[in-house]
Amino acid sequence: MCADASVVEVVYESDLKNVEAAEEVVQRVLASLNFDEEEQHKVGMAVHESMINAIWHGNRSDPAKRVWLRFFIYDDRLEIKIRDQGAGFDVSSVPHPLEPDNLLKISGRGIFLIRSFMDDFQVKNLPGEGTEVTLVKRRIPATEINQGGFHREHEGHNTPG
Amino acid sequence: MSMKATIRQVNAVTVVDLSGRITLGEGCTQLRELIRDLLSKGHNKLLLNLADVTYIDSSGIGELVSGFTAVSNQGGQLKLLNLTKKVHDLLQITKLLTVFDVSDDEAKAVASFDKVASA
Repeated sequence: MCADASVVEVVYESDLKNVEAAEEVVQRVLASLNFDEEEQHKVGMAVHESMINAIWHGNRSDPAKRVWLRFFIYDDRLEIKIRDQGAGFDVSSVPHPLEPDNLLKISGRGIFLIRSFMDDFQVKNLPGEGTEVTLVKRRIPATEINQGGFHREHEGHNTPG
Repeated sequence: MSMKATIRQVNAVTVVDLSGRITLGEGCTQLRELIRDLLSKGHNKLLLNLADVTYIDSSGIGELVSGFTAVSNQGGQLKLLNLTKKVHDLLQITKLLTVFDVSDDEAKAVASFDKVASA
């Protein structure tokens, strides 16, 4: 499935401060792929919400657990996979935030925003291993973009200093 | 950069100039405590100026809703001033522009509180 994709992978500890670190990586990747500023913001926000779900709700900020952020760069799309080591969740059980009864609820908008900002969003529960979400954004094929392109680039663990 | 807040009093309205990030964690906690503190001191006409808010996430939006509800429950009003395009778009897709009173003109926004107060 990933034979023709370039891959960028970063592994984070379960600390909310790493959400901002992930945002910076997202912006670098998207800028290199010539996504415009608005698209960068939307994808960045979808990753922000997904990272929070993984660190806060999935791993419950357990420092022993990790979050994997991976970018699969295809000519026609960008796939972003975020995996945690939590107990998983049923995405269909999340109440729709636009329903009148939910409009003034404090939480429950993260998944909705991810769906709004991405072209596709999938959740896969991995029994005993955690949850992996896949965010997809279509891109206009432009062969010249990849001339300096990405090859498998492990940026390693982001550990506190 | 976390959130910062500067408080001004304009007539009967408390204007809060917010800047930075309102996100899960520090930013949301600061905003929650700020509104709670203002309410406890009797300030229930709040105008949040979001002009310099660089980033707000779903938790930050939830905190604005929480503040709106808390102020309303005390017979007051919480309104928003100077939304950036990104914040405006977020409130639009979450249908919260139908909830919040939003303005780009501080003087008019302040006056709108006064009208309610004298009604």
